Amino acid sequence: MKSTPTALKVLDFLSALLLVAALGMVFGYAPTERTMGLVQKVFYFHVSANWVGMLGFLVAAVAGGLYLAKGTPKWDVVEIAAVEIGLAFSLIGIVSGSIWARPIWNTWWTWDPRLVTVTVMELIYIAYFMLRSGIEDPDRRARYAAVYAIVGFLSVPLTFLSIRMYRSIHPVVITSTKAQLAPRMFQTFMFSLFAFTVLFATLLWHRVRLGQLTAQVERLRMKLTD
Amino acid sequence: MSSPSPITGLWQATRAIVWKDLTAERRSRELLSAMLVFALLVILSFNFALDLDPKTRGSVASGVLWVTFIFAGTLGLNRSMATEKDRGCLDGLLLAPIDRSAIYFGKAIANLAFMLIVEAIVFPLYSVLYNVNLFLPGLLLTVILGSVGYVAVGTLLSSMAVQARTRDMLLPILLFPVTLPVLIAAVKASAGYLSGLPLEEITPWLNLLVVYDVIFIAIAFMVFDFIVEE
Repeated sequence: MKSTPTALKVLDFLSALLLVAALGMVFGYAPTERTMGLVQKVFYFHVSANWVGMLGFLVAAVAGGLYLAKGTPKWDVVEIAAVEIGLAFSLIGIVSGSIWARPIWNTWWTWDPRLVTVTVMELIYIAYFMLRSGIEDPDRRARYAAVYAIVGFLSVPLTFLSIRMYRSIHPVVITSTKAQLAPRMFQTFMFSLFAFTVLFATLLWHRVRLGQLTAQVERLRMKLTD
Repeated sequence: MSSPSPITGLWQATRAIVWKDLTAERRSRELLSAMLVFALLVILSFNFALDLDPKTRGSVASGVLWVTFIFAGTLGLNRSMATEKDRGCLDGLLLAPIDRSAIYFGKAIANLAFMLIVEAIVFPLYSVLYNVNLFLPGLLLTVILGSVGYVAVGTLLSSMAVQARTRDMLLPILLFPVTLPVLIAAVKASAGYLSGLPLEEITPWLNLLVVYDVIFIAIAFMVFDFIVEE
């Protein structure tokens, strides 16, 4: 295994810097919301975490498609990496959302379409790992996982749609019901999104390298036992 | 003998596999009897768990029916693939000089047939037990659309789950989160028909079912080759 590429080292540094800067903006630059107070500051990282979660699952589905089309093991490694990151960040999104919802909605949880969809996504990708761990043959495991990553990801929009329709049968026009963000809040928000996206790229790269390393160790072990 | 066109070839192979499954089932009656008894047990459990008195019954009937169908359906899906695997029939099917999609469509249609038969027996029973009329054309349409979507994804996933060590446990865990839209739409559409809602409040749910069915039959058709590839 080659030593860490310089680009990755730069990315490491950049993501750390961006995260600290984003944190600084959240607490130092963005104004405190008048009615919600300090707890509103969860919003910046909450949405960013959920964005990274969605991005992870999207990347996994695309990597699954590429694996099925090309059959190169690299895409399988990318797929697991993306699913793992997606799972972790969706969980961060759920927990941070609950922390916000407790004082604002006066409950940790409601059966809102977004909340349920994220939870169903978590369940789909937990099932994804159960499927992986149940199958011994590496080639078959990679193929099945790719199929499930695609099928699971495609069901997500329909799940969201069906739960949204469940609340009210009337067509819902996609509007942001939130009050317009103050300019400084908006800038902080966009910056957090950017910082998290860079973080995602960094983590993905690290995880892919780890996956390749695991595969290499596996190959060496096979050679030893032969 | 001239070789048949791809479409007729696919259709003939699919028909042969459906026929094989139905014949095997007609002789053994393993699958249907298990699914049926299980379905009745689920309804019985619901009867006491939810205390289905006439008042609550109206609001939960469609939910009870659909949960019964998908539980019984899972049982059938698991079994139908497990028999192929355990007796080595799957290898035989894969060796046959036919399009792999024919295996998927054959198994899916046979599974759908079993599910519809169970539903066709549960419906009159439920009608008699609880004195409601379930034989509404719209409700029957909903049952067909919902079962098609459930079986389309279920056949695909059960052919993966059957290869895993934990196969019997794995199928519902893989299948339920992905088929949640089917359950929601089917329950809402059935409840709409049962409580006599106007059609324009039910159509969005039927549309959702149709969209789900079309998308996932297409996806299954495209990816099934990768599942049975050896």
